[in-house]
Amino acid sequence: MAEQKDVVLMKGNEAIAHAAIRCGCDGYFGYPITPQSEVIETLAELKPWETTGMQVVQAESELASIYMVYGAAGAGKRAMTSSSSPGIALMQEGITYMAGAEVPGVFVNVQRGGPGLGTIQPSQGDYFQATRGGGNGDYKVIVLAPSSVQEMADFVDLAFELAFKYRNPAMILSDGVIGQMMEKVVLPPIKPRRTDEEVIRECPWASTGKPKNRERVVITSLELKPEAMEKRNLALQEKYRKIQENEVRFEQQQMDDADYAIVAFGSAARIAEKSVEIAREHGIKVGLFRPITLFPFPEKQIAELSKKVKGILVAEINAGQMVQDVRLAVNGAVPVEQFGRLGGIVPDPEEIVEALKKLIK
Amino acid sequence: MNDNNMHYCPGCSHGVVHKLVAEVIEEMGMADKAIGVSPVGCAVFAYNYIDIDWQEAAHGRAPALATGIKRTWPDRLVFTYQGDGDLACIGTCETIHALNRGENIVIIFVNNAIYGMTGGQMAPTTLIGQKTSTCPYGRDPEIHGYPLKMADIAAQLEGTCYVTRQSVESVASILKAKKALRKAFEASMAGKGSSLVEFVSTCNSGWKLTPAKANEWMKENMFPFYPKGDLKDTTNL
Repeated sequence: MAEQKDVVLMKGNEAIAHAAIRCGCDGYFGYPITPQSEVIETLAELKPWETTGMQVVQAESELASIYMVYGAAGAGKRAMTSSSSPGIALMQEGITYMAGAEVPGVFVNVQRGGPGLGTIQPSQGDYFQATRGGGNGDYKVIVLAPSSVQEMADFVDLAFELAFKYRNPAMILSDGVIGQMMEKVVLPPIKPRRTDEEVIRECPWASTGKPKNRERVVITSLELKPEAMEKRNLALQEKYRKIQENEVRFEQQQMDDADYAIVAFGSAARIAEKSVEIAREHGIKVGLFRPITLFPFPEKQIAELSKKVKGILVAEINAGQMVQDVRLAVNGAVPVEQFGRLGGIVPDPEEIVEALKKLIK
Repeated sequence: MNDNNMHYCPGCSHGVVHKLVAEVIEEMGMADKAIGVSPVGCAVFAYNYIDIDWQEAAHGRAPALATGIKRTWPDRLVFTYQGDGDLACIGTCETIHALNRGENIVIIFVNNAIYGMTGGQMAPTTLIGQKTSTCPYGRDPEIHGYPLKMADIAAQLEGTCYVTRQSVESVASILKAKKALRKAFEASMAGKGSSLVEFVSTCNSGWKLTPAKANEWMKENMFPFYPKGDLKDTTNL
């Protein structure tokens, strides 16, 4: 029943698990960490290996998890992992290797506060890590930022589609709020797992076993000749330019008559929706601009936005990270201020309105 | 094997082990089903010589890649090819856990008791008293700890079905090693669990010996500490 619309109440983390099975994921490889352990727990309970054939492996570490994803995805399969901030930090080695070898895996970061072991409470402190490439070298991962349980469910398939389209790792950058909160969600349609024959046909670049009539495939990020390595790097940069050109996603609310804009992503955008409502009750014409892709960042759209408004407030649950990208896009056209809370404290809508009032003054 | 010129030093064991891997895969008729995972270290370019599909892992992570491949391609012949620095040091965790899960993969372990590619530094398997560039006065357990016997550890794990230690310094040894390799590959395809095939090997460049002398040194020093033979075999093959 591919068209069946299952409407259920569930946590964001559970939605990730259900969506993975439904979108034809071949393997989930993960290691428990708060606040996202429900992903692997839900998968273990649902036992997809008995239905779709999807494999679920609890790995010995986050490092092993990401390399299991590398192995399966390097062999053309839809493979994913999930973790939270300190675990994602550990995975960075594997992510840069995947970016270098152009391996299309998916990973979910349900962020918690840092630095270090930090806290298990929500945060958006990994924006830089996600958008700058947290590992070594010049690379980018595609970053999708859900702001609802529905988007947690919808972005799993989207992340796989983008990852395979560009042969690039794709990240779902969520946080403890979206991971833990329960909302109504329409589960995505059921897509069967690709057969081995389909994988071989659709992924000629993958190491699936070498038939006599083709060259061997080597999935690697290594190239010792500087001229060849520079060429390879330039090809990666060209790919990132294409992604920037074609894959920007964003949403705007009440921007038509707005004098001011709040720019926020993920859970901060959910809170900012309420702030916009309160501010408008106080007679402030403000709208919300929500980047959905953090790479590619909607830089052109924010530059356009800065021509229409008198000032921009960036609300994010960190010490000021996305604000740098907003300032780059705005390039001094209007004042850009930032409001954030740290340490696992989620901002109150009223606090954001207060910060907006300061900006207006 | 293809016609590419090998980058290995004359006298190095890698070339022979590569040939055995290629021969066994071909004789099993698995060339179109084999997926190898190469390590970081001297054998990083294994993919240049054995004409099958490959993935190149980060240092030590090969068994995790192999797990991901084998779990999603269960009818493929999946193996890793790793050295002592890769497998017994930075990748100890991935090695032990892949073996202990009983992944149906083969781990090929070339143990030459030294870091070859980085230029002769101490390895986890460097023998007591052995000189390397990071223990120039000889490995001293007071300072450097003890050499690690990975095959002995692997043999104790419930997930392994076959653990063996071989070498390739003579025709007789090569023939035995080839049989062992074939058994490991067959066990993995029969779903019997993980296998570890260790090759006690030479690194004449790292050891600063001629190829012939390196073989002698291996026999005199390596074999007593890393005794050859099967450590575990529950394959019934």
